[in-house]
Amino acid sequence: MATEFHTLQEMQHSASLATKVFIQRDYSEGTVCKFQTKFPSELDSRVERTLFEDTVKTLNNFYAEAEKIGGQSYLEGCMACATAYVIFLCMETRYEKVLKKISRYILEQNEKIYAPRGLLITDPIERGMRVIEISIFEDRSSSGSSSGSSSTSSSSGR
Amino acid sequence: MKNCEYQQIDPRALSTPTPTTTPLPPPCAKKTGRPRRKWEVFPGRNRFYCDGRIIVARQMGVLPLTLGLILVTSSLFFIFDCPFLVAHLTGCIPAIGGLLCVFVVVSLLQTSFSDPGILPRATPEEAADIEKQIDNSGSSSYRPPPRTREVLIRQQVVKLKYCFTCKMFRPPRTSHCSLCDNCVERFDHHCPWVGNCVGKRNYRFFYTFIVSLSFLTTFIFGCVITHLTLRSQSGKGLVLALQESPARYPLPLSFINPHAIPERVCFHTYLVASNLTTNEDIKGSWSGKRGAVDSGNPYSYNNIFTNCCVVLCGPMPPSLIDRRGFVLTDTPPAAPQEAELPHFVAKNDANMEESCQEFALTCTA
Repeated sequence: MATEFHTLQEMQHSASLATKVFIQRDYSEGTVCKFQTKFPSELDSRVERTLFEDTVKTLNNFYAEAEKIGGQSYLEGCMACATAYVIFLCMETRYEKVLKKISRYILEQNEKIYAPRGLLITDPIERGMRVIEISIFEDRSSSGSSSGSSSTSSSSGR
Repeated sequence: MKNCEYQQIDPRALSTPTPTTTPLPPPCAKKTGRPRRKWEVFPGRNRFYCDGRIIVARQMGVLPLTLGLILVTSSLFFIFDCPFLVAHLTGCIPAIGGLLCVFVVVSLLQTSFSDPGILPRATPEEAADIEKQIDNSGSSSYRPPPRTREVLIRQQVVKLKYCFTCKMFRPPRTSHCSLCDNCVERFDHHCPWVGNCVGKRNYRFFYTFIVSLSFLTTFIFGCVITHLTLRSQSGKGLVLALQESPARYPLPLSFINPHAIPERVCFHTYLVASNLTTNEDIKGSWSGKRGAVDSGNPYSYNNIFTNCCVVLCGPMPPSLIDRRGFVLTDTPPAAPQEAELPHFVAKNDANMEESCQEFALTCTA
């Protein structure tokens, strides 16, 4: 039975962490930051596949935008080189601006979609941009069998 | 500048551990009452200054020597050669020399003091998840499971190795520096001259440093030769001019550098143009020596100009180690009895410190 939480704060106060799922990086296009869109089995009963895939695809698009090589990035790079890169100490780079957008998007997704389903997405930047960590919470007030079942499902592998 | 390495645990300053039955204190408050920044609990072998703003390797190598050589040579040039050359040639000479010198010093300091692209170590849950995946990969009972993972990058098979220190599979082009004890993205090499690793984030600073240094040393060398030539033309001859004139002072230092630095510049220009790292070039990762069908560099754009632009003018990646962030706990409030806690409880970085303090207590008891 899916656990209903209305706010992130409510979840943090009344829930206990059951397990964590890690979405790994997709290196098929090189070292650009991109995450796998494969739906993990642990989330099968918690969130709809399409919602999850939309979130990951949007995140991938954000990272692609941040790492896009084009006129703007070249201009930024050349200007920085001309100033011996001192300009990086003074101004926010395009990458940093996009990272802020990503943080806001993740917060919004957590509040609207994932927290009501007892899930929490951690910003990949806090995990070295290696994984998207999804924490699965169980309501403490629910029976012991629900947390038992989630532990068995988490031990079944990917 | 503060030199803050790992703080020695003073048994007298330790307070008793907070009992778990009390409500959780505010996330940032620790036993000492001062919130700790992440650089203070950083597991790698690095030193931090200015409250985490500056990061250098623990072994700074010959960075002071590098800086000293550059400053001494430049100072000798300004003191002994510039007045003569300004009087006899043009006033632009000290201006150009000064600009080059500033450029060299600034790019050197940027290379030495910035995060080269260190990957933070895996959290305990992430490490456990990876271990689980390795164990589930169907290995037979008597053979240990493989610690490599193969990925397909642009239709080419690349092997990712497991890092036992950082407890994760290293992303492509990442290597673990044994001197700094960190995994560094797009690891090029650990440069003793700059006292830091050269990796994804500071490669462009390093390249700028060696290019501008080669220009500076060539410029100084040229000016010194011009100075001596002009003096010898005034009737005294070259040997006498060398003996008398203080112009000779910068000569030895600026003579050494033009023969060492341009070789580095040429090598790194080749690496930039082919989008390679020193590490890959040395190991021959993409040289096709194993006779594989398509073993070209999968990261290259197959265009020299594009490769140069991407490596030197591409977007500046962010630092992943967040050294000035505060150490937080990211768990929801813990249950009153520890026995009822579920199996995977998120640990914060302070657990390492707590276990160290407990160990210290048992040693001093």
